[in-house]
Amino acid sequence: MNLPFSTSSTAGLVLAAVFGLIFGILLNKGQVTNYNVIVNLFRFRDWTVLKIMLTAIVVGGIGVFGMMSAGILESYHIKDTNLLGLILGGALFGVGMVVYGYCPGTGVAAIATGSLHALVGFAGMVVGGVVYALTYPWVKANILSVGALGKVRLPEATSIPEFVYWIAIVAIALTLFRVLGKREAAASS
Amino acid sequence: MEKSSSSSVGSDRGLKSPSWNPYVVGAGIGILSWLVFLIVNKPLGMSTEVSKFSGWLAGIFVGMDSVVENAYWASKTPKFGYSTIFLIATAAGAFLSAKLSNTFRWEKVPQVWREQRGPGVAGRMIAAFLGGAVLLYGARMAGGCTSGHGISGTLQLAASGWIFFAAMFASGIVTAKLLFRKSGS
Repeated sequence: MNLPFSTSSTAGLVLAAVFGLIFGILLNKGQVTNYNVIVNLFRFRDWTVLKIMLTAIVVGGIGVFGMMSAGILESYHIKDTNLLGLILGGALFGVGMVVYGYCPGTGVAAIATGSLHALVGFAGMVVGGVVYALTYPWVKANILSVGALGKVRLPEATSIPEFVYWIAIVAIALTLFRVLGKREAAASS
Repeated sequence: MEKSSSSSVGSDRGLKSPSWNPYVVGAGIGILSWLVFLIVNKPLGMSTEVSKFSGWLAGIFVGMDSVVENAYWASKTPKFGYSTIFLIATAAGAFLSAKLSNTFRWEKVPQVWREQRGPGVAGRMIAAFLGGAVLLYGARMAGGCTSGHGISGTLQLAASGWIFFAAMFASGIVTAKLLFRKSGS
């Protein structure tokens, strides 16, 4: 079998359907298609989102690191570090995520579980996409150009070996999960 | 406080269960990201596709020629393909999962919003619309969203992913403080 498949091949398109289906099922079973679960993360009342994301990062990251080390994967897919764009964009995203109550992926999934406000918010996303495209030349010149560092990975940027990062991330995640478990046990008793 | 992660009732298992253990779901998303990397050499992502979709919609109104002339859409040309199918299939998967567990519900005003901001449907819809617009604008400025930066970026130890993650959380916490001021659930 020749991997990877091209995403424009028939096999690639069938795989898109399979991956999407699994992703949608996981989002729903993880309850992140539920508005309350998402906004309650930011109110420190529900840790479901954090548990899912940290576990996905640990499991996904160690697997991808392993496959890269073994030479099974061709390359990483690193996005540009444009400091101002990331900080401003991330801040806007945080506002949108609390007011809308979803992120783009969970919003799409939530529509399919009957959330009508998720559907209205999707229309808002489409408008946001149009506005971005219209303002892109200005954003590119004035925001994305500030602190444009290119494709940066933490191990190279800090000269700390990759496995050290993973030991630290796993240790932090496990400690956090333990603390959250204790807090939840105390809250429900 | 009711714990939302423990709402599964009865003996329904697998797809019929309304929820799975969040650690199982997280591990599932992690393993899915291996498969996507390995099989199609792509990270998981969503917001690029939504912005392409908006380009495609804009094309219906102003003509696709003017859309591809736009500096942004010229590099992310809206066309039906892998990511479009992924987006639709994500919705299909969530629909299937909700139907099988009998948790599909039409919802206009969610619980936390109702308690904090009142039961008005118009208010909630306007907020959802504006929130969605700000959300996608921010995602495009940052170059990704919760999936592209928050999961795919962080798990590759990309600096961009962790910076986005931190900015999003900090801003979300402040926003929640301002928007939801009443005590109680």
